[in-house]
Amino acid sequence: MAVSHDDLVWLAQSAGLFYLIGLSAIVLVYVYWPSNKKRFEKAAEAILHGEDRPWR
Amino acid sequence: MNAQLTKGERQIAIGILLLIVCVGLAFAGAGKDGPLGVHGFLIMASGILGIFAMINGYFNPEPGDERFDSYYDTPSKIGLLLAMAWAAFGLFIGDWVAWQLAYPDLNFEAAWTSFGRLRPVHTTGVIFGFGGNGLIATSFYVMQRTSRARLPDQLSPLFVVFGYNLFCVLAVTGYMMGVTQSKEYAEPEWYADIWLTIVWVTYFVVYLRTLAHRKEPHIYVANWYYMAFILVVAMLHIVNNLAVPVSFGSAKSYSLFSGVQDAMTQWWYGHNAVAFFLTAGFLGMMYYFMPKRAGRPLYSYRMSIISFWGITFLYMWAGSHHLHYTALPQWVQTLGMTFSLMLLVPSWTAAANALLTLNGAWHKVRDDATLRFMMVAAVFYGLTTFEGSFMAIRSVNSLSHYTDWTIGHVHAGALGWVAMITFGSIYAAVPWLWKRDSMHSPRLVEVHFWFALAGTVVYVLAMWNSGIIQGLMWRTYNESGTLAYSFVDSLVAMHPYYIARAFGGLLFLIGALVGCYNVWMTVRMPLEAKSLPVDDIPEPVATGQPGLQPAE
Amino acid sequence: MFGLHYWLERKAIGFALCIVLIASIGGIVEIAPLFTIHQTVEDAPDMRLYTPLELAGRNIYVREGCYACHSQMIRTLRDEVERYGPYSLAVESKYDHPMLWGSKRTGPDLARVGGKYSDEWHVAHLSSPRGIVPESVMPPYARLLRNELWTDDLSDHLRAQRAVGVPYTDDMIANARADAIGQASPDSPLAEGVSKRYGDATAVRVFDGVAEQVTEMDALVAYLQILGRLTDAAHKSLVKAGE
Repeated sequence: MAVSHDDLVWLAQSAGLFYLIGLSAIVLVYVYWPSNKKRFEKAAEAILHGEDRPWR
Repeated sequence: MNAQLTKGERQIAIGILLLIVCVGLAFAGAGKDGPLGVHGFLIMASGILGIFAMINGYFNPEPGDERFDSYYDTPSKIGLLLAMAWAAFGLFIGDWVAWQLAYPDLNFEAAWTSFGRLRPVHTTGVIFGFGGNGLIATSFYVMQRTSRARLPDQLSPLFVVFGYNLFCVLAVTGYMMGVTQSKEYAEPEWYADIWLTIVWVTYFVVYLRTLAHRKEPHIYVANWYYMAFILVVAMLHIVNNLAVPVSFGSAKSYSLFSGVQDAMTQWWYGHNAVAFFLTAGFLGMMYYFMPKRAGRPLYSYRMSIISFWGITFLYMWAGSHHLHYTALPQWVQTLGMTFSLMLLVPSWTAAANALLTLNGAWHKVRDDATLRFMMVAAVFYGLTTFEGSFMAIRSVNSLSHYTDWTIGHVHAGALGWVAMITFGSIYAAVPWLWKRDSMHSPRLVEVHFWFALAGTVVYVLAMWNSGIIQGLMWRTYNESGTLAYSFVDSLVAMHPYYIARAFGGLLFLIGALVGCYNVWMTVRMPLEAKSLPVDDIPEPVATGQPGLQPAE
Repeated sequence: MFGLHYWLERKAIGFALCIVLIASIGGIVEIAPLFTIHQTVEDAPDMRLYTPLELAGRNIYVREGCYACHSQMIRTLRDEVERYGPYSLAVESKYDHPMLWGSKRTGPDLARVGGKYSDEWHVAHLSSPRGIVPESVMPPYARLLRNELWTDDLSDHLRAQRAVGVPYTDDMIANARADAIGQASPDSPLAEGVSKRYGDATAVRVFDGVAEQVTEMDALVAYLQILGRLTDAAHKSLVKAGE
């Protein structure tokens, strides 16, 4: 018996918490990074132009 | 259809179909004593049918290079028509079993018509038949347009659509014969599961290959959701369906996991099927069709990314709220509850983003039933995710679990959110795909909208009432400290609500049938016969200038 | 870092891996520790396996979709314990591939229905539910009484069960068919083997009231009568909690 149930449960709970906080930080930084703003706006606009054929 | 396939693709198609016939033949032989044999013949028949279709047009002229100048929409067209057909079928079965719960003699005492066998026919018919076909069809449509890239070849998308529908047919006919794994929303047996895995991997490869030659490096957010839908459903499907078949000639298998582990795996699957099949995929649909139809960009592209990662991450933990107060260890239950509450943040972000996108386009919502379908869908999405987080609280769950409240919650999501956004997207996509100015009858879209909304409201209210009454009756004590009601007492109290529910379902079914008629008439409509009515909006034409204020 | 994200987006496959990674961790963290749960949950050394007849009955229960309306999981709530019996323990479903905990109670919970009613009651109720409970909405299953039980491949079933971890012995697998028939035919020479292999407490009787034939009704009733009675760990733990 390498790992006990209690250890696994402890690991699951604490790692889960740090993982949650870390990931939300990464996502928020990415989303609000100033240089990304233009790219997002362009993407949001792009679908509205009805160029209905593939580019080649 | 095979006019669009190159000669090489026609040959490969015939090869694949021959292989399918062989596999069907093997099953028909090995499983001749049971339902597997029937399915063997069914697989064989569908293969032969395909071969006939291929040979029939084998010497048609090949498509030229001009095909690369347009998107490949045949798979989307087939998928959308099949989605409407499955909607009619799945909703009909659903309403039938709803009437059976009010009047049990309506099963006419046949084996295949009993509630236990028909219930998965209903759930699979609507979730996988209607929802799945809608997702596959719209995903091909959206991915091509947002990437400005044509599907990589002509054959594999068709393989995905037809292969997927073969899976659905195997599943549904299997339940009627009693072939089921008993895992909710994962009932199909091992051979159907293996087939779906093959189809699904092909689907993912088609997606990757199309994205690979897209124009912009940035992938539009709708594709993120579609991609999460494809990937995570694959993961869930494989893990939850791990099983050992009794023999090659038997349809029956035993799941690899048992007891608590099996329950946790099943609800990890079950809840994330809701998340990544019934939410992520349809959010992808919403993030494309709603801005497009409203003629306005997403209110906040950033918010859509935040809710994407939030949903992808948080949902995975929430499944255990299906197992409150059971033999599942309590820490897992608590974790499930906590994450379910946090899940409200990305869910409401998505719903708010959708509604705020409509800001400045409310006059269109008023006039255009198609856009109104999408708007109501976003509202129900917000309501249902709130209700879901609420019901995940242990003390609330102690009342709601095992009762009709759960059924009401599911249908608020399935009818109010999933079906509404799908119908809205279909009404938007059908004229665009078939190059029509509008639907055959915008008035009938309006009729469908009101039937759908009325049906949903009646259904959900009936189930809220019955569920809460049921839950309260089960836990009511009389003065002497014993339980006040027998189980049968609670069943009798449900009767009027079961009638109301079945009636609500009937309204929704009628609406869907009106929709089927309308779609069919639009498809058959001669190209130039229809002029543009004021209350239906065509796809915005290429003008180069958006004329819209940027978001935020 | 944003070069990385750019790269991730350009290479859709990297983006895909990202999604899989983020989505899988929650499940792994929650489910993995459950595979060590036997260390904390009390064991039930007296637990016996399903006999071939009961397993066949369980498969009929699955086939007919009984789980759509009947749960087999009594929660740790006072009213449930009073209505249905001691709350369900994890160990009680350790041989259940798959588990049938259910999610809806259109009908009552069945986790401890075993022994609560007579065989005759079950047969009459399954044949015509409204003949016994006029308000019932359950479909009738009279056809189970007419269908002969298919026993030819029961050895394969037991072998598959062993492959997923249920400790059936070679002896049990080899005699699966004989035991299924024997359990429902107390007067036949086959009956003896059932008690030998599955314990003396195993019910060997004509479950459906018709001795000549082993029907699907025999199997289903045998299964219903064993529900909650594979071990008495739940009753013991309730007594211990009361002390």
